[in-house]
Amino acid sequence: MTRTTRLVLFGIAAAGFGVVLAYGLAGLPAFGDYQGVYGHVIDGIGVTERHATDLVTAINFDIRGFDTLGEEFILFGSVLGVVLILRQMRGEHDRPRQHEADEHTFAGASEALRALSLAVIPAILAIGIYIVVHGQLTPGGGFQGGVILAAGPLVVFLAGRYLRMRLVAPETLVEIGEAAGALGYALVGLSGLVLAGVFFKNFLPLGISGHLLSGGQLDVASTAVGLEVSGAFLVAFSEFLDQAIVVSGSPRS
Amino acid sequence: MTILQIAALAAVAVGGGAVVAAGDPLRQTLVLSIYGMALTMLFFVFQAPDVALSEIVVSTVGLPVMILLALRKVRQHERAQKERDEQ
Repeated sequence: MTRTTRLVLFGIAAAGFGVVLAYGLAGLPAFGDYQGVYGHVIDGIGVTERHATDLVTAINFDIRGFDTLGEEFILFGSVLGVVLILRQMRGEHDRPRQHEADEHTFAGASEALRALSLAVIPAILAIGIYIVVHGQLTPGGGFQGGVILAAGPLVVFLAGRYLRMRLVAPETLVEIGEAAGALGYALVGLSGLVLAGVFFKNFLPLGISGHLLSGGQLDVASTAVGLEVSGAFLVAFSEFLDQAIVVSGSPRS
Repeated sequence: MTILQIAALAAVAVGGGAVVAAGDPLRQTLVLSIYGMALTMLFFVFQAPDVALSEIVVSTVGLPVMILLALRKVRQHERAQKERDEQ
């Protein structure tokens, strides 16, 4: 195909796309003009029926908790894929240990950076836990808090100490955490089925709106998801770090 | 639409273009995480703080780290290949 033919083809396609796009954009509702019913219903029942002030969490972990179960196992499955693809192959080997066996210091990690990392870690962990347990009260919840928690051990790596990071977050522990979180969320749903007759039925006492322990299963589900997400991200991080830093040589075909 | 929302939309439009225009993957990663900040602002001013919270961590910590590590691995591989060719 010559350059001219390609340009002509592109021109026709672009013109057609432009017309359809313009037609579609012209038919859009006005900015902020919400036509759905679902949103207004949720707005109305969130506080009265679920005692939750953050409706996004109420939707994610209760009203459409079943979808979240699927999403959770998408994350679980993709991390499984990462582990499978990045496993150590024949022909690859761990790089020989240096004389400072427990350290793996990078050039460029200054003392100031290390001190700052040390100061930042407790703050990151505190924010992460806060976001996880306040899911039903303020924006945030298991997923957001979980990712923030996973960033904590990563800061140890940013301070230039990869092998230390493995001490802070050992592989077995993060893998167990991830699996336990995924299982925990599924159990929240199953316990609804067993004890109240409906999958993901929020049967726990709802408590007082605005209190830390309110919203029934929301807190439990949020904690389980937080555990799963932080575990998943840490597993993925350590697989990538292993490949980039510890493993050398290329796989034999 | 408020001024803040228009500004955030403009920042996302410019940022997305900048990521594509950056070319070199290493620089692209850094531009990408700045673009992630623009997206975070966008979600925030459009009243989706839950999404903004996810976006800020994923785009500034999660994604760049994984891309950087993958780049490092690719370069190691290329260097090893070159050494083998020279021998």
